[in-house]
Amino acid sequence: MTPFFFVTVVFTISVVAGLLGSLLGLGGGLILVPILTLLLKVDIRYAVGASIVSVIATSSGAAAAYVRDRLANLRVAMFLEMATTAGALTGAFLAGVVGGRGLYLIFGAVMGYSAVAMLRKLGAQADAPVPPDALADRLGLHSSYFDEATGREVDYRVTRPLTGLGLMYAAGAVSGLLGIGSGALKVPAMDLAMRLPLKVSTATSNFMIGVTAAASAGVYFARGDIDPFIASPVCLGVTLGAFVGSRYLTKLKSGWLRVLFVGVLLWVAFEMLRKGWAG
Amino acid sequence: MSVQPTVEAKAAAPAASGSPELLISSLLRYGVMVSLGLVVFGMGVTFFHHPDYFSSVDALQRLTTEGNWPHQLSDVMAGVLATRGQAIAMVGLLVMMAVPVARVALALLIFRQQRDRVFVAVTSVVLALLVLSFLLGHAE
Repeated sequence: MTPFFFVTVVFTISVVAGLLGSLLGLGGGLILVPILTLLLKVDIRYAVGASIVSVIATSSGAAAAYVRDRLANLRVAMFLEMATTAGALTGAFLAGVVGGRGLYLIFGAVMGYSAVAMLRKLGAQADAPVPPDALADRLGLHSSYFDEATGREVDYRVTRPLTGLGLMYAAGAVSGLLGIGSGALKVPAMDLAMRLPLKVSTATSNFMIGVTAAASAGVYFARGDIDPFIASPVCLGVTLGAFVGSRYLTKLKSGWLRVLFVGVLLWVAFEMLRKGWAG
Repeated sequence: MSVQPTVEAKAAAPAASGSPELLISSLLRYGVMVSLGLVVFGMGVTFFHHPDYFSSVDALQRLTTEGNWPHQLSDVMAGVLATRGQAIAMVGLLVMMAVPVARVALALLIFRQQRDRVFVAVTSVVLALLVLSFLLGHAE
């Protein structure tokens, strides 16, 4: 393979990963790292390094729109970022300790979990009253957003910020360890534990992912795990794919596509686990 | 990226110009654009300087082997001064990493202006952790 051909292939795969990611509400990282390592035989450390930069790109791009439309809750995001950045730092350092085989195993496990979490999201969620929380009041986390479906401003209240903080530390650690945004872990933490509306959870998660990823990207850069020759086409491709996906393809989102994707996730998770097991 | 605001939402829920939301939104958008521009330019320069990258099979091995790209700010700067494509692309990637950091710094200024003591403290912690990540990475 010549360098030019390699860059072209990586770029093309990244565009597809970005497209699929935005279509399914996942970052591109979960799709990209397995392809780079399993198909193109890229060292998993450099695949993770490239992925983390593309995660920042897509998060920042999407967040620009969410923030302008007041869908992302800036105060909740900033509060939880204390935990995600601390977690990401921990994760990025652990990556150096765990080594290649361990990374494959953990990646496989997180992919499997994400697949199951997506399956569960297919079912609807019940509306129970939100329990009052003194800390959430004091921090002024409650807010409102404009729901385009009903055309109304929707007020919402936030609860259990400390539980959220704990869950976000774990999500940040996974993100730093694997070079993925781990939105699949962040959204349930806000949605189920803190009771933010799903739309707000998704938007806020996207907004936070950039900061979480930046915390670990610094460590990856200093360690020499960010190869510009791999990271550049990945970064450009994923951003382009995500942009096109979010612009023109949101209407394509449907139940069966999710089911199909869950199947693919489970299969790749199995492959990653097997590779980690066999060494 | 699963929930995409539509044109109607933008029209119905506009953020006032100069509002914190709009400032942060613009910072994110232009930061990403500048970064991607530098990355494209850097890759262009790389292939311009190395026509053999279109034909040589061995070159790829070298390009994806550890230690053949800059991973210290001083190396990156030296590379840029020598107009090395890889170094320019790396500056683009570094700008991308700096965008969220700049976003937190901007939020800190906004909370200070609003005299929101608690969130000035919260934001300072986040910013300190981000700076720490770059410093600790080098100490490793």
